[in-house]
Amino acid sequence: MFLDQSTPDTSVYMIAGYTIFFVITAIYVISLAIRERNLKRDLATLEALKMEQEQQAAAAAAAAPVAPGPARPRSNKPKPTNKKARRKQ
Amino acid sequence: MQAKPTALKALDIASIVLLAIAGYLALIYAPEELVMGQVQRVFYFHVATAWTGLLGFVAAGVAGVVYLVTADEKWDTVEVAAVEISLVFFFVTIVLGSIWARPIWNTWWTWDPRLTTAAVTELIYIAYFMLRAGIEDPTKRARFGAVYAIIGAISAPITFLAIRFFRTIHPVVIGSGDPSAQGTFAMSPHMLVAFFFALFTFTVIFIDLFWNRIRLGSLAGKVEELKLSILQ
Repeated sequence: MFLDQSTPDTSVYMIAGYTIFFVITAIYVISLAIRERNLKRDLATLEALKMEQEQQAAAAAAAAPVAPGPARPRSNKPKPTNKKARRKQ
Repeated sequence: MQAKPTALKALDIASIVLLAIAGYLALIYAPEELVMGQVQRVFYFHVATAWTGLLGFVAAGVAGVVYLVTADEKWDTVEVAAVEISLVFFFVTIVLGSIWARPIWNTWWTWDPRLTTAAVTELIYIAYFMLRAGIEDPTKRARFGAVYAIIGAISAPITFLAIRFFRTIHPVVIGSGDPSAQGTFAMSPHMLVAFFFALFTFTVIFIDLFWNRIRLGSLAGKVEELKLSILQ
């Protein structure tokens, strides 16, 4: 009709618009969830690594040679002079 | 990381429920526009996503100012969160606008002042992440990012006011615009309900995503800190 004033059918564009909106929003929300999961995993690994590092450091400190103490006092006993007595000692 | 606060969990659920109601109002409750047909329904989410997008860009600028004043890392996290969410919402706005324009303007895209300023704004904030990715030093990255976010925030009001200052074919639904605009329509009371409810819903969704994203940023900061302490 020459003066056709009927409403055009633009529903395909509406469906496309809302589909794209929901897809993009879902992708973003999923990306947030994935990033959070990965970061939590990284945090757990790093915390375990740090604990291990601290334990290693503590073990290394325990195994280190002890600082020399005060010199032992020498015995005042006179040294035996003859060979026999020295062997006995 | 601390467990998710109950308020945030409630906000997550509220966002989903509100989105469902906003969808119902936009797709079923609001009447069909007689000249444009069903595609006009895209308008409700198009304006709402644009609102949250521009809101986030301004919030990022404010966070940038606060960071420069306080030099507190948490404001850098806030700034990044605001920009990221707004970038997503604003991209949706541009795509929805393009889909609406195809049957109404008979083209997917035209270099109209509003469309051009919107595209420039989106590109400015894509460049924001490129800038940040190029700087290794965290303090320098945060400082440069803050300055960039402040300058970038100027693009938000320019985009908003473009249809009021320049000759444009983009319709102005709230307030008066250029009479040569194509696709303008008067909103019925039912349409107004759907429109304002969508604006409210997207504001809530923005706050929810913003909070979640800030928590994510804090977690990333914690991981980074721990990595550095192990390496030292």
